[in-house]
Amino acid sequence: MSQLADYYRIEDLLQPEERAVRDTVRKFVDREVKPIIGEAWLKGEFPRHLIPKIAELGLFGPTLPEEYGGAGLSPLAYGMAMQELERGDSGLRSFASVQSALAMYAIYRWGNEDQRRHWLPRMCAGEVIGCFGLTEPDAGSDPDMMTTKARRTGKGWVLSGVKRWITNGSLANVAVVWAKGESGKVCGFLVEKGQPGFTTTDTHTKASMRASITSDLILDGVEVAEDHVLPGVKGLGSALSCLTEARFGIAFGVVGAAMDCLQEALDYTSVRKVFGQPLAAKQLTQERLADMLARVTSAQLLAVRLGQLKAAGQMTYPQVSLAKRENVRHALEVARMSRELLGANGITTEYASIRHMCNLETVDTYEGAYEVHTLILGRDLTGIAAF
Amino acid sequence: MLNIAVCVKQVPDTEARLSVAADKTRIEEQGISFILNPYDEHAVEEAIRLKEKQGGTVTVFCLGPARAEEAIRTALAMGADKAVHLADAAFGGGDEGTAAAALEKAIAGKSFDLVLAGRLAIDDASGQVGARLAEKLGWPHVTAVTRLAVEGREAVANREIDGGSQVVAVTLPAVITAQRGLNQPRYPKIPDIMKARRKEVAKVTPADLGLSGGEVGGAGAKGKVAGLAPAPGRSAGKVIAGEPADAARKVVGLLRDEAKVI
Repeated sequence: MSQLADYYRIEDLLQPEERAVRDTVRKFVDREVKPIIGEAWLKGEFPRHLIPKIAELGLFGPTLPEEYGGAGLSPLAYGMAMQELERGDSGLRSFASVQSALAMYAIYRWGNEDQRRHWLPRMCAGEVIGCFGLTEPDAGSDPDMMTTKARRTGKGWVLSGVKRWITNGSLANVAVVWAKGESGKVCGFLVEKGQPGFTTTDTHTKASMRASITSDLILDGVEVAEDHVLPGVKGLGSALSCLTEARFGIAFGVVGAAMDCLQEALDYTSVRKVFGQPLAAKQLTQERLADMLARVTSAQLLAVRLGQLKAAGQMTYPQVSLAKRENVRHALEVARMSRELLGANGITTEYASIRHMCNLETVDTYEGAYEVHTLILGRDLTGIAAF
Repeated sequence: MLNIAVCVKQVPDTEARLSVAADKTRIEEQGISFILNPYDEHAVEEAIRLKEKQGGTVTVFCLGPARAEEAIRTALAMGADKAVHLADAAFGGGDEGTAAAALEKAIAGKSFDLVLAGRLAIDDASGQVGARLAEKLGWPHVTAVTRLAVEGREAVANREIDGGSQVVAVTLPAVITAQRGLNQPRYPKIPDIMKARRKEVAKVTPADLGLSGGEVGGAGAKGKVAGLAPAPGRSAGKVIAGEPADAARKVVGLLRDEAKVI
């Protein structure tokens, strides 16, 4: 690993197997993702052919116990895997995050033993892809505004409503859907692809996350049997617990995108000449490069410490909010600076920076917008909710 | 069924920025990362492919300090079954002769059919240990192999030579060293990385191998590194301007008269 990408020897804070996981995902991304992702992004296509390869690598549900098909990875090893995936593309990391930290985690945490054994091994193997339906057209940062309803019937439940901005939506074989029961309490359901009344439509107008599938889930009187209800769910908090898992992965993931941009900017400015010298010999360039390095290093340290806290069972959700909030902004700034240093070349997808930059606009908004994390921290500091 | 031994070495990461240590005989290890020698990675991959096709076992042998266990675990995660680590401090500071002697003691008489190794380690680029090991074992060896076929008791190996290729057939047991192009090494799967932590890595001392302290490491070495210097920096190149035909003429002239290479 180049010293540039590890200025403060994060390397030494990792266990050997955590380094090995990082290195193996890095090789996968270099070999399988980097050569094709620019074109896939431009075409607006998710590279589906990578699904079996990602599954074989063991990147779906890797933190789960072996009995469910996982590898029992530590939080840091998982974080390093997310970092390396997002070094390739935020869309690919999002795909893996949704599968592992949202869909699989929801089933593992809030499902019963039968549901775990039925779904998780096949999801680890990539035979079943999951998505997570919480956000709605009119309920984003305030998910309690959700209008998707679950009505009890003699045989089970009937779901009606629309979910929006659902990563993997049309790809998924199973959707974890959150809906309000008649009492107003939020419940979790498993809805399978092809069930009567359940359809999806994709959003094709994105200028960000173009190598990722984003869908609406339309639930028009979908009948859900009792064994497709997540019995452990205790209201909206259960859904939010899944978001904490996903945000943890994002805090690491975006560091990968930032590292990729920094490397690209350094490579480019070392070679590109202007006024008789490489760009890198200019003070204006060096200031930007130093700022990028400082941001990358700060983000790495926040992420690693968060991983240590999670491993020790001491991590709190506001700590996750802080790391998600800061690291995405650091990565976004690094990507913007790199894009700028690359000049006209930087506006093409021949280089990665603009792709990362556009993707990170999504990452800044999803999984708790920047402002939501600000208010979570504000509430934690003052004891006063200001949402 | 093939019982294969693979010799591996841990070397500085190819991306690490190296500097010479104060004593001018070693590189500064502080602050750099280490990896499984890339040529050895080809050897491990070839061994695993042979095992997958023909059955058998793959045992990794590694001479190196405690940190080298990470390179061993990489080979185990790729699919090797077990490992022997010559980690004792007494093995340190040796030369190619002591390395080959210690590996021979560890490997001989264990009914291995084949020893695979990288054609050289990228740190000292000496490329001697594989051949010396074969000599000590009394086995045939083929170096810098780009293709290998093993059938029954015969191994047929392709080597690239200047302007062509050579095919060498040897009878097993034999030692084969791997050149780039032999295969594309797999990256370990995450579950296999975790399982590799539980695989056996036997730590052996010189005494375990029937060697005295004077026969291994720095004490047994016949040569020692007297000095190490970084490569001199390259000066700026020359740009020949003008029409292509004129420029080509000038380049040829300079190559003949100034550089005296043609």
